[in-house]
Amino acid sequence: MDVRKLVQDLHVVKNIRLNDRHFLLELVAPETFPMLLPGQFVQALVKDSPSTFLRRPFSIHSVDYVNNTLRLLIQLKGAGTHHLSLLREGEPLNLIYPLGNSFSFPQTNDVLLIGGGCGVAPLLFLSQFLRQQHQIHPTMLLGFKTKEEVTEIEEYSRFGNVHVITDDGTEGEKGLVVDHSLIRDGINQFKKIYACGPEPMLRAIAKIAGIHHIDCEVSLENTMACGFGVCLCCVTATQTGNERVCVEGPVFNTRKLKWN
Amino acid sequence: MTTASGTFGYGDEFRDFIDLGQLGGVFVKAVTGKNRDGNAYPRMSETPSGMLNSVGLQNRGVDYFCREIYPKIKDFNTNVIVNVSGSTLEEYVEVAGRINELAKIPAIELNISCPNVKLGGMAFGTVPSMAADVTSAVRKVYKKVLMVKLSPNVTSIAEIAKAVVDGGADVITLINTLLGMAIDAEQRRPVLSTITGGLSGPAIKPVALRMVWQVHKAVPVPIIGLGGIMNATDAIEFFLAGATAIQVGTANFIDPQVSVKIVAGIEEYLVRHHLDSVNSLIGALRTD
Repeated sequence: MDVRKLVQDLHVVKNIRLNDRHFLLELVAPETFPMLLPGQFVQALVKDSPSTFLRRPFSIHSVDYVNNTLRLLIQLKGAGTHHLSLLREGEPLNLIYPLGNSFSFPQTNDVLLIGGGCGVAPLLFLSQFLRQQHQIHPTMLLGFKTKEEVTEIEEYSRFGNVHVITDDGTEGEKGLVVDHSLIRDGINQFKKIYACGPEPMLRAIAKIAGIHHIDCEVSLENTMACGFGVCLCCVTATQTGNERVCVEGPVFNTRKLKWN
Repeated sequence: MTTASGTFGYGDEFRDFIDLGQLGGVFVKAVTGKNRDGNAYPRMSETPSGMLNSVGLQNRGVDYFCREIYPKIKDFNTNVIVNVSGSTLEEYVEVAGRINELAKIPAIELNISCPNVKLGGMAFGTVPSMAADVTSAVRKVYKKVLMVKLSPNVTSIAEIAKAVVDGGADVITLINTLLGMAIDAEQRRPVLSTITGGLSGPAIKPVALRMVWQVHKAVPVPIIGLGGIMNATDAIEFFLAGATAIQVGTANFIDPQVSVKIVAGIEEYLVRHHLDSVNSLIGALRTD
């Protein structure tokens, strides 16, 4: 279905610093949102950053339809994200949205959401959506580098059961996401997996899902110039040729990708 | 005001953002003889005031274009111009001949920045005789307006311009992207899968302006100028240098509505300078 894309100035309601490397931007839109789906993203225009030429893509982290606000979870990477972290209440941020496809509806209640690092971002919206629209209570496995970076667990817990793992074991289990006991010993209780995070993590999960015949969707993060399908820079290789992460993605069923 | 090939899809993708009727034309994505998958990812690197791309002419080929895409775009309320690309002379001629049969396409833009695979991958547009040959070969089969898009990666752009005019070009469009490279210092690898790629964006505007000016002095045909145009002032600069029309490309990625904003900005400039049309600006650069 085709929702009309908007180029729109939203305004900052809150800028919440979560830890050294992450912050949340809550933005209010001037008119009622079009339909927004989990997995979709925005392209944000960064102003006053001389070395930032292109927009920056961020997945939609959560949506409040009552107040007409949405939240972006942003990881500090370079000059562009640094400038966004300086945005104050009331300042405008121009977005092109909603972009991309979305996670598909699970035909089961046995759902596992897996997020690594800032890959957790779209999963809050997804879990909110599953709970509120489909009365599904998902299990969530969230991986972070260290205790300091573990945030918003209360938010995720509103929509499902949250399990945490950190690289250094300072919170939850220790190791990478795929080292968690849910994956090691308990993967077969799930019939659908949704994952977002660094590509090596997604490939490992795809492999495990393949072995256990569990339907799996991943959200990819390729570098983009336009973000709305015309430049052909963000493509990923699939069984049906090079497809755009910004239009045919960012969500892909792992069976479709050329990963082996 | 038109939009550049490779930055506007086939026009359809921008209907959410602008009314195509406000544009003089849309140069659609390159069409080649056969389906091309394009280059491996990564295909893009952001640079200061610009970006490098090595997309590799990904498209479904001329059959698919004629059968599936043309019916959807032929009735757009603007001129739809097809960018024709190829790896061999024969491929250019084949594609141009097929597009010639499409009634609602008034012109083609011949992309001669492509490597000639029969001559070691040297771009057609870097050697005057090759540029002339491909233009005249296409001229024989293409009966409508033939535009040739020049590569800037040459020593003398005027020489190439003269060669394609001799070959039968009605219009020259310039410039295509500048050859460049990006390196990831931490990984110690090139950023692009193809190592080198094409630079576009504001960074190349000074080169584009210089070349438009040089070509304007060298050949009598109309010129369509492109290269880093982001706003109306940039557009005016190209008219002054000798362009009759302009293309906006990379700017569309940052603001999908930039093309219509530039049209409004040009109109505002004309009012401010008490001019009736852009015609009085073309080549009006004062160098005395």
